[in-house]
Amino acid sequence: MSFWKDPLKVAADWLMSIFTGWGMPVVAANILIGFLGIFLLIALLMLLDIFLVWVERKVVSRFQDRIGPNRVGPFGLIQPFADIIKLIIKEDTTPGGADKVVYNIAPMLSMMSVLILWAVVPLAPRIIGVDLNIGALYIIAAGAIGTLSIIMAGWSSNNKFALIGAFRQVAVMVSFEIPMLSTLLIPTIFAGSMGLNAITEKQDIWFVFLAPLGALIFLIAAIAELGRAPFDMAEGESELVAGYNTEYSGMKFGMFYAGELLHAFTFGGFWSILFFGGYRFLGLEQVSAFLAIAVILFKAFIGYWIIMWVKYTLLRIRIDHMLGFNWKFLTPLSFTLLMVIALMNALLAGTPTLVYTLGMFLSNVVLGWIALEIARSYSRKEREKMEGMKKVVTT
Amino acid sequence: MTGEQIVFLLVALFTLGSGFMVVTTRNLVHAALWLVSTLFGVAVTYALLNAPFLAVVQVVVYIGAIAILFIFAVMLTRKDMRDQGPQMNSNWWVGALLSVLTFIGLFFLLQGWNGLSKTAADIPSGFDSISELGNALVSPTAYVLPFEVASVLLVAALVGAVYVAFNRK
Amino acid sequence: MSQWIYIGLFFIVGLIIPVGAITVAWILGPKKANPIKQSTYECGIETVGDSWIQFKAQYYIFALVFLVFDVETVFLFPWAVKLSQLGLFAVIEGIIFILILIVGLVYTWRKGMLEWV
Repeated sequence: MSFWKDPLKVAADWLMSIFTGWGMPVVAANILIGFLGIFLLIALLMLLDIFLVWVERKVVSRFQDRIGPNRVGPFGLIQPFADIIKLIIKEDTTPGGADKVVYNIAPMLSMMSVLILWAVVPLAPRIIGVDLNIGALYIIAAGAIGTLSIIMAGWSSNNKFALIGAFRQVAVMVSFEIPMLSTLLIPTIFAGSMGLNAITEKQDIWFVFLAPLGALIFLIAAIAELGRAPFDMAEGESELVAGYNTEYSGMKFGMFYAGELLHAFTFGGFWSILFFGGYRFLGLEQVSAFLAIAVILFKAFIGYWIIMWVKYTLLRIRIDHMLGFNWKFLTPLSFTLLMVIALMNALLAGTPTLVYTLGMFLSNVVLGWIALEIARSYSRKEREKMEGMKKVVTT
Repeated sequence: MTGEQIVFLLVALFTLGSGFMVVTTRNLVHAALWLVSTLFGVAVTYALLNAPFLAVVQVVVYIGAIAILFIFAVMLTRKDMRDQGPQMNSNWWVGALLSVLTFIGLFFLLQGWNGLSKTAADIPSGFDSISELGNALVSPTAYVLPFEVASVLLVAALVGAVYVAFNRK
Repeated sequence: MSQWIYIGLFFIVGLIIPVGAITVAWILGPKKANPIKQSTYECGIETVGDSWIQFKAQYYIFALVFLVFDVETVFLFPWAVKLSQLGLFAVIEGIIFILILIVGLVYTWRKGMLEWV
């Protein structure tokens, strides 16, 4: 029975007994077991990544009122494998005049920055890669490495369009990290810790009910970090060819593309961990660890579906509108939200849970409504200015 | 030699090697990228010293913001991607002499210090560095005044940036 | 300490997978380089001018403003961790910290540093 509750420990003990039976010192056996566990997790992630390519193509086709791949295998399930085979046997070119070392390292760093994110994702009450007590900041650190890989890709391609795409993408990613950081502070305040496992443990009431505006701002900032529409400046396919991806082909492009999909799925997972309870669902996670893993994967898929829904519904935003939206609306709003939540948290400290939840929820709603009213009145003024100018012109 | 010392030596060699490459490589953007790996080595050193918060902050602030600022500055001010300048000027022997003298001086200074062969003391097990840091930042007997002054310092940096960068507006 | 060894292992395995995939692609792919295939892409025609353009200083300015706010938010993390256990006094201190920086943001906004032109 304890295998169902805690499979990782049971497997680790069993392997440890085998290895020490062979005469390995304990430290080396520990590291080898860790290595095997990490390898298993990352291999499963790459398999999931391949599945995500299929999911993405089927979902986009349904949004666009068509069927999508359905020839290769039942429901087109073998399609991503065919894509991988094609990418692998393509020629590995490097554009002339490109900086060879930097050009080749960039896709590797991009994929690595996504895979190391899974070190801090809590999959079940006792299954987590590494239980860092600074898990929330670790997410941002891995994002920083991803940002660096984009600049490297754009610069080393020796191509104007790639460079412009990379610069714009990095400017957007870097700007939207501020609302993301300040909304990451909100679950930290509620849980009293930055570790993702601790945040999940403290979510008896999901944090989305305590701070819905925070969840919304985190989602918007996360979509901008991922570089997906409506914020996909880098791959403005009608504007900049393929942005920083222009000169990449074959498996290197595959790494960028698959990395982006896995990144989107990972952020769906983080959104659900930070605000929707992670692996917790009505006490199911106490029954078995595998149920907890199923719960968190299900929630991550829902988060990923919402991210895809936003991508295939909204138009791309212009870069100056994007940056103006971030620095003039989202940043002041997220800091104001942080102050309001800190204040309400201190004022409602000793009250029973229902009063606390209601107080937080209402303060969020009021703040969101005020922000929307300010934005609406500003846009009304802008529109009147435009109308006024048009009236002058047409007479 | 304990395992910790071996790991520290490897990390220190990596950091110093990257630092050396920063100043000797000919291509400026390559120098910026070697700087990134030097900063990453420093972050790993912080992690080895049981300061996880500082390690992650080093990556987030230095690599995620300052290194990107460096790379932007290099790309904005260089005409050609392959711009390479001469590495030494005619006074290189003065620099070499000064650095050798400094090295000899430091070597004699550190010879009598026994800290080189000591291992770090263990941190008590209940010690949570982030909570202590949080406590220290807001308690009136600790660091609350520097905490508030830090925000004023950051605003001063912003104002300075506006003044320097927006002169011609 | 052992935590960081596992993080290091994650980095190493995370690097091995893309390196392995790209190496497999390099081994399996044809290697027929010719100068036309390796020329830079510019909407299907020959390139015009240098492959370097004068870039707007605005990119640098956004990165600078981001740096200041990044450091500020990083300062707020230890504050947020201890917030529930400290009293109203700590909340007021944090609010003063954030307000001073919002004043800085409003200043840069009014000076026009956040425009894209």
